[in-house]
Amino acid sequence: MTARIGVITFPGSLDDGDARRAIAIAGAEPVALWHGSHDLDGVDALVLPGGFSYGDYLRAGAIAAHAPIMAEVKDAAAKGMPVLGICNGFQMLVEAHLLPGGLIRNAHQQFIRRDQRLRVENASTAWTSDFEQGQEIIIPLKNADGGYIASEEELDRLEGEGLVAFRYVGVNPNGSLRDIAGVTNERGNVVGLMPHPEHATEPGFGPDTRLAMRSGEDGIPFFTSAIAAVVAAAA
Amino acid sequence: MPTIVVDVMPKAELLDPQGKAVAGALARLGIDHFGGVRIGKRFELTVDGEVTDEVLATARQVADDILSNSVIEDVVSVEVVE
Repeated sequence: MTARIGVITFPGSLDDGDARRAIAIAGAEPVALWHGSHDLDGVDALVLPGGFSYGDYLRAGAIAAHAPIMAEVKDAAAKGMPVLGICNGFQMLVEAHLLPGGLIRNAHQQFIRRDQRLRVENASTAWTSDFEQGQEIIIPLKNADGGYIASEEELDRLEGEGLVAFRYVGVNPNGSLRDIAGVTNERGNVVGLMPHPEHATEPGFGPDTRLAMRSGEDGIPFFTSAIAAVVAAAA
Repeated sequence: MPTIVVDVMPKAELLDPQGKAVAGALARLGIDHFGGVRIGKRFELTVDGEVTDEVLATARQVADDILSNSVIEDVVSVEVVE
């Protein structure tokens, strides 16, 4: 079977096109979905892409989290469908309470764009199973509201239950508590992170590596992991 | 027209990068009266007609569910002003 992975476009989404391209490169069929619809078009997995939905008004991702299609996203997530939130999509997932914690303005108040080193802290989620536990990867980061916060108690719970999916390595670019770059839900089907795997899936357009400039493809395993999860669920 | 004012503040125990930046600016300007600055949000909800108990209850609900995110913010007041 060919997995069908939906990418939801919201008003102000920017990286929906790149996400669809990344999905195709990884070997699945990308399906364009619209925020104002109540139809997931029978997709097997979902990506909420980056951007600045509703101009980041109210709070980043807050208005989009109440979009019509989010009712179906919540239902699908509850049934175990793999859902990935990237950057603004991650902000939507925390605002929709599908993931724990919150995201606030970067500690240094600046927008930041850099190729960011991350450590995969949980390689058993629907979006990380093609990584090795503890593997270090480099994918682009670009945001203004990327500071991950939660209460000390909640942070201890996330650490204890293995819900921290990714941690910043070398540099903490935005003041995120405990260097947290991404988290997962208890079931492991919903994952969100601030950095952008979809921008590291095609030679010529990814981060620099020791081998060649812009050759980084560390984003690919996110999508192949989800494809594997979908195929396993169908088997 | 009656207006319901909702004030939302970042949780006291969490970081407020914007407030911190303003506090730094004040210090650089030589203003040393203030130990800290925190920045919140004020929402003004205008009401067509009377502010009934139901309207006020709806405003409180909206303040909790949409205008604020309880993970990172507190609703500090919901008040009717004429």
